[in-house]
Amino acid sequence: MKDVNVLMVGVGGQGVILASDAMSEIGMNSGYDVKKTDSLGMAQRGGSVVSHVRWGKHVFSPMVKRGEADFLVGFEQVEAARWAPYLKPGGVVIVADVVVMPISVIGSKTPYPSWKEIEGVLKQYTGQIYLIPAPQIAQEVGNPRAMNMVILGFLSAFLELEQAAWTENIRRRLPPKFVESSLKAFVRGAEEARTMIQAKGVVK
Amino acid sequence: MKQLLSGNEAMALGAYHAGVFVAAAYPGTPSTEILENLARQKGIYVEWSTNEKVALEVAMGAAYGGVRALASMKHVGLNVAADPFFAVSTTGITGGLVVISCDDPGEHSSQGEQDNRHFARFAKVPMLEPTDSQEAYDLMDWVFKISEEFDTPVLFRSTTRISHCKTVVDVNRERKADLKPAGFIRSPAKYVMVPSNARPRRNVMEDRIVKLLSYVESFPMNEMILQDRKLGIVTSGVAYQHAREVFKNASFLKLVTIYPLPANLVRRFAQEVERVIVVEELDPYLEEELRCLGIPVTGKDFVPIIGELTPEILEQGAIKAGLLPAPKHVAKPAAPPQLPARRPQLCAGCPHVGTEYILRKLCFKDSKVPGPIKEDEIIVTSDIGCYTLGVYPPLAALDTCACMGASIGQAIGLEKAKVRNKVVAVLGDSTFMHSGITGLVDAVYNQGNITVIILDNGTTAMTGHQGHPGTGLSARGEKATAVKLEEVVKGLGVKDVHVVSAFDLKAIESALKHCLGTKEPSVIISRAPCPLSIRVTAIPYRVNADECSSCYICLDLGCPAISLSDDKAVIDASMCQGCSICAQICPQEAIAKAG
Repeated sequence: MKDVNVLMVGVGGQGVILASDAMSEIGMNSGYDVKKTDSLGMAQRGGSVVSHVRWGKHVFSPMVKRGEADFLVGFEQVEAARWAPYLKPGGVVIVADVVVMPISVIGSKTPYPSWKEIEGVLKQYTGQIYLIPAPQIAQEVGNPRAMNMVILGFLSAFLELEQAAWTENIRRRLPPKFVESSLKAFVRGAEEARTMIQAKGVVK
Repeated sequence: MKQLLSGNEAMALGAYHAGVFVAAAYPGTPSTEILENLARQKGIYVEWSTNEKVALEVAMGAAYGGVRALASMKHVGLNVAADPFFAVSTTGITGGLVVISCDDPGEHSSQGEQDNRHFARFAKVPMLEPTDSQEAYDLMDWVFKISEEFDTPVLFRSTTRISHCKTVVDVNRERKADLKPAGFIRSPAKYVMVPSNARPRRNVMEDRIVKLLSYVESFPMNEMILQDRKLGIVTSGVAYQHAREVFKNASFLKLVTIYPLPANLVRRFAQEVERVIVVEELDPYLEEELRCLGIPVTGKDFVPIIGELTPEILEQGAIKAGLLPAPKHVAKPAAPPQLPARRPQLCAGCPHVGTEYILRKLCFKDSKVPGPIKEDEIIVTSDIGCYTLGVYPPLAALDTCACMGASIGQAIGLEKAKVRNKVVAVLGDSTFMHSGITGLVDAVYNQGNITVIILDNGTTAMTGHQGHPGTGLSARGEKATAVKLEEVVKGLGVKDVHVVSAFDLKAIESALKHCLGTKEPSVIISRAPCPLSIRVTAIPYRVNADECSSCYICLDLGCPAISLSDDKAVIDASMCQGCSICAQICPQEAIAKAG
């Protein structure tokens, strides 16, 4: 079993915590030792959210060190760039095509950077950058709030666990009326990943 | 059964399985979830208390009554509860009493940083500290036993990274079945602390520490891990986990009994290794204890005394101190460009925004901050809660924030100091109940010419919407007796009391102008529910772009639903809660209900 270090980052209300909770429990149920910790600060008031998730044979510190994240999963573009230094060289960065304007840029001279600029930041750390149309896919499956499931599905394609381990956990975790659309979102995310990986010609 | 539990969940479940029967708390990050989780258990009594002092007094009374009791709070909560904490250390208990303090290194969500390990030594109360959720769960069984065996409260200390970190827990117990029933044993010499009774209790306290000193020597969860003997690391809490991560091969002494320390165990460990260092977060607590034992030791020369410890900070410190080899040169990527900051902010539809906008307008005028205040300006003392975010631009409407309830006392003091300005104190409904009432009584008694604004959003919002006496909801979410703010305020003797809608700017402004013109204490209750605690179904507002003159006045609210597009204000309909504040301040009347 390979150790896995993941940093999930985003903005309060995007479902980062639910996704990192699910990922942690799935790891535990699959036999990993798991630790996960969130930096919430005052996230519910629009601040940044950071979840560290670590799978391993024996995990000590709950926190991923700078330069050691195998995966940086950004639920929002600027947040992905902000945490880029945590990526290990050549690690995988998954970014949802989402922009949440911080109040500091509204009517100010510091503009929100373009995707090109954000990609430029990420490229200093890795070539494995995936910008995924998570909100569109969530819309298409009829549950705009399932964006986190699209992202989780996308991430799952890079990890060694069977899809069933993920879907079973998602099924248990969510209220019945959201289960079907969430699973659809997850599967679509995983498919998107396989398509994009193939297009890039990167071996898993 | 294996479960992935946060430290707070593990403490709650551990305490429940250990037979806790009464639990009390005031919400505060990172401790809040302990009581929230206990409130999901049946057959026990849980309450949100008015403040931490009351919470500990409730738990203390229950323990006097022979049952196991718990009070949980954030680090600064123990400052509030310090009086009963010291008192119950003097009297001891009958049923087990555990006080949980969750410290917040790095001030993720706090007004200050402090290391509450000092409280244990200060109050002569034994203290234990877990290194993960498994220990948090397991230790709960031990701490109640220690409390009863040694007739003492026990301090259980956690930190943000223990409380808010999920780790795998083997849940291997069920709730104790052989619990003692409640029953009070009359014992004035133990429970009535007149000086003649308190003096002999001092001897009991000191004897207790002596007994504990020998007890902790064989405590099974302190652990010596002998690997490479060149370096021995004494550590505790989450710092233990970081140290194991960073110093892969060193020897370790993991301590969970922090006060008193197992001195002989520490000495034995020091003899096993060539060099001893201490890895601990915040103050050099263990380091100083070890020095007192005559063990040459370092720690704070390479581990920061300020802020949250991370494995990275520890590693960098260790490299600088020569304890770890420097990494082979790695080409560092260029520094990332300046990214826009994402600060926490008041939500769309937040009822505090309107009142703080009026405060900015009437009290700050166009003054430069920081700087001396002009005579016609007004000082705004503030308090702890969501509304404190009003210190940030564009609202920038507050002058102070120190500790719970301080706004009122500070306002009285500023007035009595004869500063030339009027003073307004601003605090939330939960904070007012917590410790604003005593300040207001002082204003009435001492004729403080101040205005107090209570921002009443009907909940304890910052910590995640817990009940408080004003809400009429219990910790279990059941109906409780509501304490009415206006009745309390009038009952305290305030004559000039106004209740306004927090979404009616004209009413807020005219009430405030009236109060500033009087020479007696006055109170304005600015009331509207928190949009996160109720479902708002109002129609959103929309900007008519043709009428928008690009004056940007609506941006002064800092509402996250309002932004600019082609230099015109636009409102995000999916975020707008229909509070109408922006429509009330738009000079062009360009904002109206959509549709």
